[in-house]
Amino acid sequence: MTAELRTIKTAAEQGLAAAYAAARDKLPGKDTALRDAAFKRFDARGLPHRRVEEWKYTDLRVLMRDAKPLAGPAGAKPKGGIPTILTGVDADVIAVVNGRYESSWSDSNAHDPGLTIDELFKFLSENPGYRLSHVPGSDDTALSLNTAFMSGGVALRVKGKIAKPIHIAHVFTGDAAAAMYPRVVVIIEPGAQVTLIESFIGPEGLDYQVNSALELTIGDKAHVDHIKIGCDGGAALRVSTLGVSAAGKANYNDFAFTLGGAVVRNQTFVRFGGEGAQALLGGASLLKGRQHVDNTLVINHAARGCTSRERFKSVLDGESHGIFQGKIIVEQHAQKTDAKMMTRALLLSDEAEADNKPELEIFADDVQCGHGATVGALDEGLKFYLMSRGIPEKEAEALLVQAFIDEVLEEIAHEGVRRALMFAALKWLGSRS
Amino acid sequence: MALLEVKNLHVEVEDKKILNGLTLSIEKGQVAAIMGPNGSGKSTLAYVLAGKDNYKVTDGDVLLEGESILGMAPDQRAAKGLFLAFQYPVEVPGVATMTFLRTALNAQRKARGESEFSTPDFMKRVRETSAHLGIDAEMLRRAVNVGFSGGEKKRNEILQMAVLEPRLAVLDETDSGLDIDALKVVSEGVNRLRSPQRSMIVITHYQRLLNYIVPDVVHVMAKGKVVKSGGKELALELEATGYAQFSDEAA
Repeated sequence: MTAELRTIKTAAEQGLAAAYAAARDKLPGKDTALRDAAFKRFDARGLPHRRVEEWKYTDLRVLMRDAKPLAGPAGAKPKGGIPTILTGVDADVIAVVNGRYESSWSDSNAHDPGLTIDELFKFLSENPGYRLSHVPGSDDTALSLNTAFMSGGVALRVKGKIAKPIHIAHVFTGDAAAAMYPRVVVIIEPGAQVTLIESFIGPEGLDYQVNSALELTIGDKAHVDHIKIGCDGGAALRVSTLGVSAAGKANYNDFAFTLGGAVVRNQTFVRFGGEGAQALLGGASLLKGRQHVDNTLVINHAARGCTSRERFKSVLDGESHGIFQGKIIVEQHAQKTDAKMMTRALLLSDEAEADNKPELEIFADDVQCGHGATVGALDEGLKFYLMSRGIPEKEAEALLVQAFIDEVLEEIAHEGVRRALMFAALKWLGSRS
Repeated sequence: MALLEVKNLHVEVEDKKILNGLTLSIEKGQVAAIMGPNGSGKSTLAYVLAGKDNYKVTDGDVLLEGESILGMAPDQRAAKGLFLAFQYPVEVPGVATMTFLRTALNAQRKARGESEFSTPDFMKRVRETSAHLGIDAEMLRRAVNVGFSGGEKKRNEILQMAVLEPRLAVLDETDSGLDIDALKVVSEGVNRLRSPQRSMIVITHYQRLLNYIVPDVVHVMAKGKVVKSGGKELALELEATGYAQFSDEAA
């Protein structure tokens, strides 16, 4: 027995233990020791719950009722292609279906020569020097679960400038709820430039589970735009871990757009390992019903002269619950750090709830750090002004909410993606009335 | 029939009585000035006409072309031809002035069962008016009133009025915060919109504005009702004597 006394395991924890015991020898890859160690780490702690500070608002012991069986094979690609809200965006699609890379679902034609795509376990066996979980966030319990169960995924290597965005589409297909554990590795060579889209999509009404992880290594002076689009089915539970290691003068822009899912946790860990790196982390969540969406960020300034900006907005209708946790760590030698975060929540109903938790841990003395958070309803004075000009109430509200959310969407550099997300926001607003 | 009839209007704001049996009639095509001391209820009248929340009508009625508007939402009143030029126009971040104007105009037209304006016609209408008011294309692209000076905000109100072509415009202290040059530009903008088809209520504390927008009639308000009415010379008279006499009279 370990010293950790947790006599009562939840149904989900018991289910995960049984699933791991059954799947352990059938899961792909040779490194069973890595999986065992990861599962042991999870098993010792159990699912993250409200007394774990980082998971304070997203208590998986409560929110995850059971462990679904591991998702089966993908089947045939739908005739209409993979459904997406990115209409009109010309991107190379890499499909990860039910947690595994499906080349037959992906765009195989004419990839940029600077882009190398491998199935995850093929990459790992050919590159024994690559150590999984070397990016920040490796101690997280959800990531441990992903490492234990990872069923497949892709590894991408990017050299030079890639003109077309790369779109990793995580898709769940199936008639019954299941669990998927995709893992994606992306290595950006020094000086490379790329727009990387990740999307999550699945059927309405099925309470499927996704635990995904992306580890992103960005070389010196490389430029990466990463856009994560959450369009999960309304009953889905998804936890996505993103670990980013940025070298000197790297430029990283991240945007998390969330519309779907019953319970969603986007957790992002960024570490600046080289001087003069920059990151702009933004996000927009549009929630209704009883949706619960948690965006948690940890930015570690481990080198001097780096800049980070965080700008998150959420629009909360119905009884939805939006959470933002942002932690900025400035290490002792990371002088001349410039780090600021801003988060704003707009409540469209009396039952919606927003929680904001900014944290600053600063060990250097020559830094500029700041944070601001607001939560509020639509301004009645503004609404009256618009209505007094003849704009009906619902339309006035939509115009004001659109303006609120567009302010962060405008930071997405890729025009097609920006427009598609603005349109998706407009559609969401239209569906309210 | 008068265009607007306010009959024995009693209004409370947060349990405080502001309008106290106000009766007022505005003829078609008439420009009426409403003057009065601070706290006499001038701005309350403007807001009640436009339909702002939290203004509780306890008695009386307001008829626009014979129809009571008190049960109508602000947008329905606007579609019926009512326009309020705000004393303090609000900033609307993220909504471009052009988008705002077009949305408002087409919403009104839709409510009236009229067809939407085509883009070229709409652009033409906005350009003509904005040129008169010294509003350039850059201002039209910017978010409504965001970063505008006091004078720019008032000019923007008149631009909206010109584009929306109301039948009854209520100008709430349009002169406040304007220097003499801005006052002239705004007044000229208002005068250009005078027509036999359009009535205006010009609310002001000072006579100065009425040198530029010359009213057909002047009503004096004190303690929540009209206490005296007369021709434009009444404004000059007030300039000389002040409002003290009315406060005493009403008390």
